[in-house]
Amino acid sequence: MNSALSWIKAYVPELECTDQEYFDRMTLSGTKVEGFTRLDKNLEKIVVGKVESIEKHPDADKLIVCQVNVGSETIQIVTGAPNVTVGALVPVVLDGGKVAGGHDGGPLPENGIAIKAGKLRGIDSFGMMCSIEELGSDRNFYPEAPEGGIYIFKEGSVKPGDDAVAALGLRDTVFEYEITSNRVDCYSILGIAREAAATFRKPFVPPVVKVTDNGEKASDYISVEVKDTDLCTRYCARVCKNIKIGPSPEWMQRRLAASGIRPINNLVDITNYVMEEYGQPMHAFDLDTIAGKKIIVRRAQNGDKFMTLDGVERTLDSEVLMICDAEKEIGIAGIMGGENSKITDDVKTVLFEAATFNGPNIRKSAKRIGLRTDASGKFEKGLDPKNALDAINRACQLIEELGCGEAVGGVVDVCEPIKAEVELPFKPEKYNDLLGTDISAEEMLGYFKPLEITYNKETNMLHIPSFRQDLLGQADIAEEVARFYGYDKIPVTLPGGESMQGGLAYQMRIEKKAQDIAEYCGFSQGMTYSFESPKVFDKLMLAKDDPARNAITISNPLGEDFSVMRTLPLNGMLTSLATNYNRRNKDVRLYELANVYLPKSLPLTELPDERKMLTLGFYGEGDFFTLKGVVEAFLESVGMKAQPEYDPKAVRNFLHPGRQAAISYEGTEIGYLGEVHPAVCANYDMKAKAYVAVLDIPAIVPFTTFDRKFSGIAKFPAVTRDISMVVPKSVLAGDIEKMIRQRGGKKLESLKLFDIYEGGQIKAGFKSLAYALVFRDMEKTLADDEVNAAMKKIINGLESMGIELRS
Amino acid sequence: MKEKLEQIRQEALKRIQESTDPERLNEIKVAYLGKKGELTALLKSMKDLAAEEKPKFGQMVNDTRSAIEEVLEDTKKKLDNAALNEKLKKEVIDVTLPAQKPRMGHRHPNTIALEEVERIFVGLGYEVVSGPEVEKDYYNFEALNIPADHPAKDEQDTFYISGDFLLRTQTSSVQIHEMEKGRLPIRMIAPGRVFRSDEVDATHSPCFHQIEGLVIDKHVTFSDLKGTLDRFAKELFGEETKTKFRPHHFPFTEPSAEMDVSCFKCGGKGCRFCKGSGWIEILGCGMVHPHVLEMRGIDPEEYVGFAFGVGLERIALLKYEIDDMRLLYENDDRFLSQF
Repeated sequence: MNSALSWIKAYVPELECTDQEYFDRMTLSGTKVEGFTRLDKNLEKIVVGKVESIEKHPDADKLIVCQVNVGSETIQIVTGAPNVTVGALVPVVLDGGKVAGGHDGGPLPENGIAIKAGKLRGIDSFGMMCSIEELGSDRNFYPEAPEGGIYIFKEGSVKPGDDAVAALGLRDTVFEYEITSNRVDCYSILGIAREAAATFRKPFVPPVVKVTDNGEKASDYISVEVKDTDLCTRYCARVCKNIKIGPSPEWMQRRLAASGIRPINNLVDITNYVMEEYGQPMHAFDLDTIAGKKIIVRRAQNGDKFMTLDGVERTLDSEVLMICDAEKEIGIAGIMGGENSKITDDVKTVLFEAATFNGPNIRKSAKRIGLRTDASGKFEKGLDPKNALDAINRACQLIEELGCGEAVGGVVDVCEPIKAEVELPFKPEKYNDLLGTDISAEEMLGYFKPLEITYNKETNMLHIPSFRQDLLGQADIAEEVARFYGYDKIPVTLPGGESMQGGLAYQMRIEKKAQDIAEYCGFSQGMTYSFESPKVFDKLMLAKDDPARNAITISNPLGEDFSVMRTLPLNGMLTSLATNYNRRNKDVRLYELANVYLPKSLPLTELPDERKMLTLGFYGEGDFFTLKGVVEAFLESVGMKAQPEYDPKAVRNFLHPGRQAAISYEGTEIGYLGEVHPAVCANYDMKAKAYVAVLDIPAIVPFTTFDRKFSGIAKFPAVTRDISMVVPKSVLAGDIEKMIRQRGGKKLESLKLFDIYEGGQIKAGFKSLAYALVFRDMEKTLADDEVNAAMKKIINGLESMGIELRS
Repeated sequence: MKEKLEQIRQEALKRIQESTDPERLNEIKVAYLGKKGELTALLKSMKDLAAEEKPKFGQMVNDTRSAIEEVLEDTKKKLDNAALNEKLKKEVIDVTLPAQKPRMGHRHPNTIALEEVERIFVGLGYEVVSGPEVEKDYYNFEALNIPADHPAKDEQDTFYISGDFLLRTQTSSVQIHEMEKGRLPIRMIAPGRVFRSDEVDATHSPCFHQIEGLVIDKHVTFSDLKGTLDRFAKELFGEETKTKFRPHHFPFTEPSAEMDVSCFKCGGKGCRFCKGSGWIEILGCGMVHPHVLEMRGIDPEEYVGFAFGVGLERIALLKYEIDDMRLLYENDDRFLSQF
């Protein structure tokens, strides 16, 4: 919300402060100011001048030479403006002054434009006459200004030498407020002025509204029936006749312009002015267009069409509230009036409406219809029904004061019972306890007074005014105390109470370890979105019946690309790798720790299973076994010392069928790894081989431990035996190692594959493997025959697998 | 004999001093001190001496032997040292040649910022917890004092799934989960992912992170909230950081505030980082609304609390001077490797 400080000062006449002070203090008391703009920024040495005479420029057809009386003297100014006449009163910037912008009305330069005396085509010119654009504004806000010419003041409104900037109402500052949704009352000038008065401890002087009576009755002109009282709790109607449409006075135009509202004519300006002033939107109908002299407030019917006064046809539904006459719909309640009842310049009699509509309903209707207006923006906050009557009376008062028409006496007021105003016990100790302060009860009551919160000493009750819909409980009162005591004066302490053990949840510790190991191994952490396109499943070549296709769908996504919650973490990883690849980054290694979302049923009936996945991915230097090494390094680091098992069954379509493995630990599947299928790489526009590993953190957690036990350093020597064999290629090294470990027993300390070979001397379809086996007894020196016995068992075992040993 | 001894000594020492390599020294050693060496021979000739002179002479021979040995040893050390020095001279490397760094990965700037925050609050006795990202309306809104028709619901541009299910718009939902556990007092922070339907641009992302904080105990005050967050700001941005609390509105806290910190770029003088104001808005906070406690069965007459919520990306962008939020989700190695 924007408004001129001068408008606020109109209701807080004793308010004196700099713009910065106003900014700071209002913000600290809770009316947040986003920023402010001085309207006279870069307007220097600009006075009113009167054109005394005009001559043609001797050397330029399009220029004229004017003698301009600027009060203290008469100066010569050369101009090309077409609309200057003798006797015209114009803004003149003197030598050494400044204007805000160029005559074309483009963006304003930060430091304005300096004006100096000079020669134009050889003739001296000692200043410049200004257009409204040069003064930093435009014809939207100064509709009387000519197009492409010098601004001309109304005869008699100013005299030569006057401050032209002040005469234009530009000695003012526009403040931009960010009003919080609970402070409905502050979406109005009066609300902000009340806060300003309380903040600066100056009297608040709201306008005095006098209700006039011309002896007639509004009820003889109009009747009102509210059918849907759940959506309209109050409907006030007043009538003004003998309407004379014309421009509104300049002070009103300036105030509206500063609030960002374009002045139109007196009638429109008055409704807008009252909307800003009271925060109560109003609507004006041409009474002569209203059939049956009757207003009916009811819901629309599904599929109804209605032309709003902006000339657009809108489709309605049964939750949209309509204003109707005896025959037809004439306006969408709280949003916009209809084309069929709109005010024209020929209007004779006006029906004013000030109503209280259901806020949420207006908000939702505006959203569904796709038409959010200044009025709906105010209604949707939920207005104080008391405000409607005040506002409509203020509007009628202005109609008369501005000579725009004559107010008919009385008001047609259809009103549901208004909620009783809130009363709360006054508990100063409680407020101090909550705030950690020591403020006297008296001082607190002093804060309440300008807020119009009254106190009854006998009952010890605080009475909350109806416009403060946000004050419902003791905590709310405590906030009022805090605001006006000053948040900055509240002490700074740390909580007492029993000291507590801080720390990370266990799984988070495991995750940190995963990050550490990944980073030690050269992988950098990436982050990708949790939602993706449903096309991802095809990109990853998932089978039609792959359960990973059962994804949670967002009903209002930002677009298809962000519409399903990921069930696999791969799309983000592959997309990131591809981004890097296509930006020619070499050897990129990434990891991500993030959730996948696995629904237990679709549509959801309970929360999905959110599983944290560690995803590792890379291209460039390294291969399958690089990644396998990282996986094992991580598992070891979290205390998983047993040998994980790798099952090469090709079940994941997105991985190379011959280069993938499911990873199991003590019989539980904990993840998988492999080379990305080349066709999938191609789908991601990657021309390099890529490898990924995915570990399911919750599946891993039960096997992890941070316990460590020292088992001593071996005192007795080890015995090493090498064993080499030729096996069919289909036999897995993992199976051989499993057999060796099983048969080797406790004395087998370690085994290491030191040679693997295919081709050459080895027959086709076979491979040669050689292991070094290390035996050791922790208690004594191993005897040869013990090792021999163990070796025999191992060899027998291998032979039982059909493995032929090489000597 | 005595002269002979002296002569041997002189001669030996001279030869030792003249030798320039350790091999030669060895020869000298053998020549004088070896089994067939001159001193040994002299010792053997002692049998010709009178009995009373024998010990005296023996002593003299031994003295000479020690003297020669000592000089031999010294000279050997000197020569060895010289040889070693010579060898080291030949092994000189250019230490300014490039290092061979082990290839390390980098943590995401969000995580680095998060770990800073975690460190601070863990130090103050907070537990770090998490909650679900796909959430029920109740936890994200209703239990936080945001009933069905509340405008705040629209303000937050929620992604809906179906029925009561949605993507949480704020980590404040974790407050409710923690209160449900039924353990009091509570001191927790809950970092996590949140979602709002904002189009992607330099300052918006539909998917981002917040850190929620919650303290519930018997005698907690607004001044404790100020003190805690002031400490937090000083730890995060430096001891000279000042904080400013401004009134604000959140449905689930009352009184509520927003906290600004003095601009850590310009120290509060005003610069492009703080848009000239000298202050940077960092977080929202307040005293837990009594109605929120009541709904969770906690007696607001007995327990009070405070809560706060910080945007993680906001901190990361500010602290590491990242000018475009999109960089955080592109995962370009040239970006990540700067952290």
